[in-house]
This record gives sequence, structure tokens and C-alpha cells, in this order.
Amino acid sequence: MMKQTLAQKLIAAASGRDTVAEGEIVTCSVDLAMFHDSSGPRRLEPMLRELGATIWDRNKVVLVIDHYVPESDDESRRIVRIARDWARSERLPHVYDSQGICHVVVPQGGHLRPGMFCVGGDSHSPTGGAFGAYMFGVGSTEMLGVVVTGQIWVKVPRTLMMRWNGRLGDGVTAKDMMLHLIGRYGMNGGQYQAVEFCGEAVQALSMPERMTLSNMSAELGSQVGLVAPDEKTAAWLREVGVTEPLDVQRWHSDEGCDAEWYDFDASTLAPQVAAPHSPANARDAGSYRDIAVQAAYIGACTGAKLEDLRAAARVLRGKRLADGMRLIVAPASMKDQAAATQEGVMQVLTDAGAQVLPTTCGACAGYGGSIPDGATVISSTARNFKGRMGSESAQVYLGSPYSVAAAAVAGRIIDPREVMQ
Amino acid sequence: MSARVWRVGEDIDTDALAPGAYMKFGIDEIARHCLQRVRPDFASAVQRGDVLVAGPNFGIGSSREQAAAALVHLGVAAVIAPSFSGLFFRNAFNVGLLLLTCAQAEQLAEGEHVTLDLDHGLVLNEKGQALTCEPVPDFLLDMVRAGGLLNLLKTRSRPS
Repeated sequence: MMKQTLAQKLIAAASGRDTVAEGEIVTCSVDLAMFHDSSGPRRLEPMLRELGATIWDRNKVVLVIDHYVPESDDESRRIVRIARDWARSERLPHVYDSQGICHVVVPQGGHLRPGMFCVGGDSHSPTGGAFGAYMFGVGSTEMLGVVVTGQIWVKVPRTLMMRWNGRLGDGVTAKDMMLHLIGRYGMNGGQYQAVEFCGEAVQALSMPERMTLSNMSAELGSQVGLVAPDEKTAAWLREVGVTEPLDVQRWHSDEGCDAEWYDFDASTLAPQVAAPHSPANARDAGSYRDIAVQAAYIGACTGAKLEDLRAAARVLRGKRLADGMRLIVAPASMKDQAAATQEGVMQVLTDAGAQVLPTTCGACAGYGGSIPDGATVISSTARNFKGRMGSESAQVYLGSPYSVAAAAVAGRIIDPREVMQ
Repeated sequence: MSARVWRVGEDIDTDALAPGAYMKFGIDEIARHCLQRVRPDFASAVQRGDVLVAGPNFGIGSSREQAAAALVHLGVAAVIAPSFSGLFFRNAFNVGLLLLTCAQAEQLAEGEHVTLDLDHGLVLNEKGQALTCEPVPDFLLDMVRAGGLLNLLKTRSRPS
């Protein structure tokens, strides 16, 4: 049989085929459709009504209310009310309201498993690739098509194998790996193909760190960012309550499959920071000289999971913020925040002077709250497009939680390893 | 029918097309702020049938389809660029916006008039040049002709 990449195997399974060839356009059956209050009900409900159509399978739909909560004005109240009313009237079985950010809440709710074919109404939906699921982002109209038919077309992608050899050094994270790749290949370097992360350094990563790799595949412009599942995947999924059988053996790329290979040395990677206004402006954190920072943000699906909060706490323990510094922390999910509280991590952050905001998308997308006008900000989020975080005049740098916490203490961008404990 | 060319640069992101701060409003309001960061004159002066010509990587960023829908709302007939974000590409056709991938897009000048020949995948400019575009699959052209996926689903669900 033709040797297949993981991406090809996932698409073949979803399209009822034994194998698929690169470039073919095939129709796939969707195992899970995820959307949030911004991309979901307020846009889908009117279109469904116009069509006189209904949801193809309620059990395969997950709604996460994370963008416009907590409601801050009449418009956000209206959007969130539409989502809640619709969830009730449609009797949706899987709804997460103000529980955290969709890309973190959905796997933590046990909805993703290796071998699934999923779509999400959000560009960071490739996060699901960390679990060996083919998951990608779509807009609301395309989501309507899925919600009505349960199907979607894909063009079978080429696979770009990102092989990370060696091990990451202490204080270097999945975020740094991704900023490095985006800096090297640009925001469309993935050309909407399938990226697969492999190699010793990737295998060594925890599941939340693998999620960061897959999440930021969006910034690389690939359709998906896959990691072949292993025992670590299975153990994590059991931990969150998945009881279905898990086939971790089947979902990997065949040896000798047709893919483009790219090799990287994890052991020599330094912490990366991306300058305004693109994640592609990434370079070694230590190469920035005298970039004074007035605000630091630890938040988002890609930068405020439990491990990210722990990383920030490791830098901030027993330290105070630089004079005039504002550090904002918005944990990625209630579950992560509760665990961080129990471990004493939240206490370390607030003792250092951090202000804790609700666990939502918040300032990352400029939907709720905003970073200060005119300020230079360092953020653990995924994007620093001009104006994205709500202020046109802010200068936003991106880095790992270590780098953000280190800058919050130093008052300027530094290599976090200089101040790590 | 000839269309006026509006030029913008490379890496036009979805926040430039549909700024986050206006996402809570309807498409009228979002469209009014479309591209204000890079071309403040665009949203108020663009005419129905005009085309937008951009550098590489048009539409990078968010899944918000309002980025494409705002251009449809303003009457833009097509976006011509050397490359597009894959997610934006899908969204554009789903909301009825034609995208033409054209390696030579930079040869099209601000303010000139062009004609689109969809049957042959060509953009014809005033200098008599015919720029070749990558072929668009028929099912996507049908989607644009129908005015987007919603209209297509309507015709399909209607008993014939």
C-alpha cells in the first residue's frame, strides 16, 4: 500500500478511503465541530433560520463562550445572550460557559482523540493536532455548511516535517520553537499544507507544550500542526476522563512516506522574542538591547496554561515587578487556574504584583479590555499585529512566559535565563 | 466590464481588514473600518466592481470571515495577489468573494483599469498585458457566482 503521512491517514479515514494522494480534493465527515460566542451562534443562528435547517448531530458540536465574557457593554451582552439562548433552545449537550479558552477547554473536556477529523470556528483550531486529530479553523459560513451537512472539503496537503533533534535547554519552550520557525519561514511559510512536528525534542514535550506547537501552526500559515500520538498522549487523555479506546499505534506517518523534511537542533535554541508587528520578527531574546517595557501580559490559549503560569512563577518567585510595570495574568482555563492556585503558583504571581484577569480571550484579541495606549508591551500571546490587542499605538513584543516574566522584573527585554531560579 | 485597481502591500492581516474592536458590530460598521490602518481612503471611496491588488500573504491571521465579507459589502469584485492565507482563501469563496492568485500581480498599477477573464484565468490591463492566474476549481467559481455558500445551500435544499 502507498506509504502515507499522518495527515493523509487522517484524511483518508475521514473520507472513507484507504489512501489519499497529495493535491486531491476530497469530502470528509466531521467528528467534531467547535465554535465560540463570536464565530458561533450569533452568526450561525440567523443563517440556519434562513435555510430552515437543523444541526446535523448535536453530540458532535461543542460551544465555548470565551470571547465576549465577562460582558462589558451592551453589544457583548447581546452576543453572549444569543449564545446562551441558542444553546438552551438547541439543547446542546456540550457547552462551556466562561470556563476558559476554547482551544484549552475542548481537550480538557475530553472531546479530542487521536484519529478524529475536526473543525473549529477559530484560527487557532490546529491546537487539536497535538492529540493526533486533523483539526483546522474555518469561518462561520463554512461552519454553517458543516453544521448542516456534517461534511467539509479539503485538498490533501503536502506534509512539512519539522524534526527537532536533541533536547530544549532549561528556560526554552515550545513557544520559542514556534517563534523560531515563524521567524525563519514567515507567516505564510506553511502554505496551508500540513506541518508535522517530530523528533526527540517534540517527544519530550508535555501535552500542553505540544498544544502550543500545534496552536501556533496558525501563525506559520499551515492548515494543521500535527504531533503523532504516543503513550504520553494516551495518559493525558485518560487523566481528563477519556474512556474510549485509544489507538496510538495507527496514527503516525509511515517510514519512507513522501514529505519535506526540515531539521532543527533544539539544544542550541535560545529563547525567542518577536518584535512589533509580526510574529515573523522573531530573534534571540538576548539580542534585544534596551527595549524598555511598561506592561507584560501572560494570557491566551498559547501562553497561560498551567505550565505557562508555573514558568512565570519560577521567574517571579520572591521578586518584585520593575518600577511602573503592569503585569496582567489571564489564565487559559478555570481548571488551570484552580490547579495553579492549589500549587501556590497564583500566589507567587500576585505577590510579585501581577493583576489577575478573568480566564477568557480578553486582551489577546482586543475583544475585552485593552493594553495601555502608547505602551511597549511583552505578551505570551500568539499575534502582535498592529492594533490587535486593542491599541493602535502600542508596541507589542511576543515571547514565552519565561521571557514575559523576566521582562516584567527587569523592565526591559532580556534572555530569561539571566534571572531564572 | 473594467475595474479600477486599488493597491495595498504585503502581509495584509485580518485585523487590518476587520479590526477586532469592531467585531462586535454588524458588517456595515466593520466594513466602514476595513483597511483603515493601511489605506484610510479605501472604505469611503471604493466603488462597486473595483478590484483590490495586494502583495503576498493577503488575509493572514484570524478565521473571522468578516475580513472577506467586508470587502464583499464594499462591492469589491476580486482580490488579486501572489498568495493568500489558506484560511482566508476558504472564507472568501464561502462569502462570495473571488480571489485570483497571480504571480505577476505587482505589475498592476494603482488607479489603472483591468478586465477579468474568468474563463481563461486572465487579468487584462490597460497596457494590453494578459496576466495569468492560477486556475480556480469549478466548484469554487460556482460558489462565487451563487454569492457564497449560504446561497448555494439554499438552492440545494430547495425541492426541484
